[in-house]
Amino acid sequence: MVERTPIASALPVGAIDTRATGWWAMIFVIFTEASLFAYLLFSYFYLAVQPHTAGTFPEGGTPSLDLALPNTIILLLSSVAVAWAQLNIEKNDKRHLVWGLGIAAVLGMAFLVVQYFEWAQKPFGLASSTYSSLYFTITGFHMAHVVVGVLVLWALFFWSAKGYFNRVRYAHIHIGGLYWHFVDAVWLAVFFTFYITPLLGMRA
Amino acid sequence: MSTAGYERVPTVAVESGIEAERLRRIWETEPGLFGWFATVDHKKIGIRYIVTAFAFLIAGGVEALIFRLQLAWPDRHLLSPEQYDQLFSTHGMTMIFLYAGPVLSGFSNYLWPLLLGARDMALPRLNALSYWIYLAAGIFLYAAFALGFGPNDGWFNYVPYAARAYNGGPNIDFYALGIILLGISTTVGSINFVVTFLRLRAPGMSINRVPILVWGTLTASAANIFAIPAVSLAFFLLWMDRNLGTHFFDVPTGGSALLWQHLFWMFGHPWVYAIVLPAMGMVSDGLPVFCRRPLVGYTVVALATVATMVLGFGVWVHHMFATGLPSVSLSFFSAASIIIAVPSAVGVFAWIATIWTGRPVFTTPFLFFASFIVLFTIGGVSGYMTGSLPVDWQLTDTYFVVAHIHYVLIGINVFPVAGAIYFWFPKFTGRMLDERLGRWNFWTMFVGFNLGFFPMHISGLLGMPRRVYTFADGMGWDWLNLVTTLGSFVFAVGVLLLIVNVVKSYRDGAPAGDNPWDAPTLEWATSSPPPPYNFVVIPTVQSRHPLWEDRLGSDGSTPHAGLALDHGKETVGTTPVDAMPDIILRMPKDTLTPLILAAALLALFTGLAFHAWWLVTLAVIAAAVDIFIWLWPERALGETAEPATDG
Amino acid sequence: MQTLLPMEAVFGVASARADTPLEYLTGAGAKADATVPLTWGVLIVSIAVIVVIALLLAGAIWRRPGIAVQPVGTKLGVAQEEGGANWLWIGVGISSIVLLATVVWTMAVLAEVSRPATKPAVTIEITGKQWWWQVRYLSDDPARVFTTANEIHIPAGQPVKFILVGGDVIHSFWVPALGGKTDLIPGQTNETWLEARAPGTYRGQCTEYCGVEHAHMGLVVVAQAPADFRAWWAHQLQSPAANANGQVAAGMYDFNVHCGSCHAVRGTDAAGSLGPDLSHLMTRGTIAAGILPNRGDALARFIEDPQALKPGILMQKPELSQAELTDIRAYLATLN
Repeated sequence: MVERTPIASALPVGAIDTRATGWWAMIFVIFTEASLFAYLLFSYFYLAVQPHTAGTFPEGGTPSLDLALPNTIILLLSSVAVAWAQLNIEKNDKRHLVWGLGIAAVLGMAFLVVQYFEWAQKPFGLASSTYSSLYFTITGFHMAHVVVGVLVLWALFFWSAKGYFNRVRYAHIHIGGLYWHFVDAVWLAVFFTFYITPLLGMRA
Repeated sequence: MSTAGYERVPTVAVESGIEAERLRRIWETEPGLFGWFATVDHKKIGIRYIVTAFAFLIAGGVEALIFRLQLAWPDRHLLSPEQYDQLFSTHGMTMIFLYAGPVLSGFSNYLWPLLLGARDMALPRLNALSYWIYLAAGIFLYAAFALGFGPNDGWFNYVPYAARAYNGGPNIDFYALGIILLGISTTVGSINFVVTFLRLRAPGMSINRVPILVWGTLTASAANIFAIPAVSLAFFLLWMDRNLGTHFFDVPTGGSALLWQHLFWMFGHPWVYAIVLPAMGMVSDGLPVFCRRPLVGYTVVALATVATMVLGFGVWVHHMFATGLPSVSLSFFSAASIIIAVPSAVGVFAWIATIWTGRPVFTTPFLFFASFIVLFTIGGVSGYMTGSLPVDWQLTDTYFVVAHIHYVLIGINVFPVAGAIYFWFPKFTGRMLDERLGRWNFWTMFVGFNLGFFPMHISGLLGMPRRVYTFADGMGWDWLNLVTTLGSFVFAVGVLLLIVNVVKSYRDGAPAGDNPWDAPTLEWATSSPPPPYNFVVIPTVQSRHPLWEDRLGSDGSTPHAGLALDHGKETVGTTPVDAMPDIILRMPKDTLTPLILAAALLALFTGLAFHAWWLVTLAVIAAAVDIFIWLWPERALGETAEPATDG
Repeated sequence: MQTLLPMEAVFGVASARADTPLEYLTGAGAKADATVPLTWGVLIVSIAVIVVIALLLAGAIWRRPGIAVQPVGTKLGVAQEEGGANWLWIGVGISSIVLLATVVWTMAVLAEVSRPATKPAVTIEITGKQWWWQVRYLSDDPARVFTTANEIHIPAGQPVKFILVGGDVIHSFWVPALGGKTDLIPGQTNETWLEARAPGTYRGQCTEYCGVEHAHMGLVVVAQAPADFRAWWAHQLQSPAANANGQVAAGMYDFNVHCGSCHAVRGTDAAGSLGPDLSHLMTRGTIAAGILPNRGDALARFIEDPQALKPGILMQKPELSQAELTDIRAYLATLN
């Protein structure tokens, strides 16, 4: 018995929701970048369990949460802003789409500024020790992803302000937003590794 | 969500000359230099991949022939140790990174849309990018080699020997940066394959109807997405240790030499499956054509393909059996490395069963595909032997492993690729390869290969270590090495014959027609070579063998009737499992943005290599601007609020 | 109770090893005794599998008349004979059983080779260097600790523990006749053990690529009857006797000045550790990490131009006059 595949009913045209090839591409970009961070954090944990002189891992003792915790909140809020922006364009509210993207981009830049200050305050440099190499490299990789994300948000802001998107066609927002949420999620993993695991006993 | 206002009812049509002409004007690449550099046509990109990969195959082969002359007899002085070390390292890098993966990407790139009944890959510009970056990385790596700064610590590049303290020149820096750059190409290429598989299959091509080559490449691509970051990271951390003074692998300051090995092999082992599973898929699709019957056990073969790859993520420590890790953990990896042979056995018996219950047609592709089964078995059992931990403690780092890797790489990659060339050359060019020359080609390659590499099992069992630039007499290895050297030259002649056949037949091979082999899959339903748009109408598919349905007693596929999709560059998007149409996709036109981005990335990595931070900065800016232009929402692609215009 | 394995019975251990010193299809020690049968086992299984598959393939291809190459585009029949699936069940089924049996046997052998039957009599610390082996005999009594290089003596019939230290890059310690290889990795200390069944000389080799002279980083293990081994150890602890001979004294002086910053001779002013310890150099059968026999003019040739024989090693061509070289040779000849 042959089943025939029905064709020829109306089909949407173009890059629309999760049927856009770009959306799927971004999913797999996220998989590969997530793997990168998995290997980075693996390196951290692998080196953490090697023998170290007491007090050298983390170097300078458990890192302070004074800047890192508020910074985490800033990044989480920026994700909320992006989600809110997307909700708006789904209702065809282009104005609030633009607002949401702008707020998210500004919050992302604030994250970068705060992180820069945290880096400057560290008593060690990139080449000081194994721990310091890990700290600056892993938070540095994350920062690079934030920089890319901020540029993406400003590009989306710009294109949204020009009125390119509406409630059906907003694939760029969807895809860019996905990337930004990913960057946020990675930060939670990095934050947990560097700031929380020493408090849970993972330290020399 | 409602997509009202953005829909249309696509025309269903039967192939016609008028439709063909209309589509040709929409899809054809502009002639001239612009078209050559800007094309996003997967067929052109596929051919480039294959040609470039073969150039690297020849380069890597010549490197091997030179050091086989050095090793033909004890205590020869043809090469200094430094020269030998660069040659064997560059040989490994070339074959494993610049030939084995890309050649399969090339075939898959060309064939996938044709096999799947689509007009192009899901992301045509990304496709062009992956090729240009591959070419850039290959040039970058070989420029270093040509300047005398080729890698010299093996393709596996262990620390501490790769660290600046022991390797002060720029060799390792070029190698590290070049492989990171290449990794970007492989990653984006892999993403393209996975998305194409999930979204671009012809209506009715449910996942249990796709050719095994598609399963092979899909599996390899999915694996690469997760595995490549490990090696890219390893090389980047090494570059940082060597150039910025970090301490990841630097043992005296708390780094770990073994961390390199873990990161490297977590990539390295999945990678060796990635460079053979698509080739095995080629055999699974090609062999049945010359047995006049469908593959035995399609479903288990597809599952075995995926299972091999999944298990392949769990065996990487078998490259580290001698490193002194606790026996308890090593024994797990030993058991896994032996058990992983089970899905391979599925393939071997499926292929034999297909021949046994079929009627062999003795063409040249059949010779390559059938002989592959024996070579696969030899490579497989030598791998099985090294999987047994106490035995591996003797075998590892001897020529036994060199025998194993060449039986699996040449046997399971090169031989299927040779068969694939004979099989699909008619489709790519419209001409048949010469059968008589093909037989000479096959036998020379087969005899030369076995003459060259079989003796290595013996010299390995007699204790000859790997990676030695010379060896003493009185060890029992003399004649074995001489035979190996002779065999390798015979094998080289065989490869030369393949190239001669290709060059000669390109001009005066017999005309092939659409389906010279009377084969069952969709690529044979279109012309040879295919038109730029592949199919005049999008086929609908109801079985694995659309062109054999009349003789297999099933029916329903319509290779020549289906969606016309001629309002511009269009193809149909379908659901991931059952391939039901759910959107009309607009495809991009030819553009220089991928080439420019690849050039910017090459500049970026060159800047890193020479510590020219100004160049790095400029390259980053150029890349960012290029990407911004590339991703600019386009009306023609249906990315903006305005309905897409007819193309 | 060790019995000769079939290979050894056929060929005789000594003759098999004489022509192929690094082979491991026969064994001369406890670990090899456990491993060699497994090696043969998986080798025989492998050969059998290759033969069976080749026969099945040949059978498949030639059981019925095949079809010759047809004109381009000829439409040929397509059949779908039943029964193909049985191949899979039977073939994969048998394969799985063989694989599983191999895993079980592997684990059994692993248990046997993981630790010696009795407590090791001797502990030796090996440090891997580019491109030679530093060998230190350990003891609870500090006065009995000494260092040598490249040639390792062990008591036959007793297990010996090896502590493996990574000195610069990764090397791998391998004496095929006696057991499998273990790496020397900077930053970690590995351990292994070996036991030779009978007195004899067993060659070894570095088996992890370690740089330009990896090919020339050999070693020798000499197994001696326990009494002879104890005598050898005692002898190694001695310093060379003072020698009245003028040439020897001059040679010792020249040696200490020109070579002493890298090499050591026990009880003299030469105390360098960048190169092999040369105390009792003349008791060794080979030099330059197992690559040259220690007889004739080999040593002289090596000293005169080490780069000619082992290009790339750290020892440069010494800037010595012929007279100085002759004196040094005379001195070294007394290092028994």
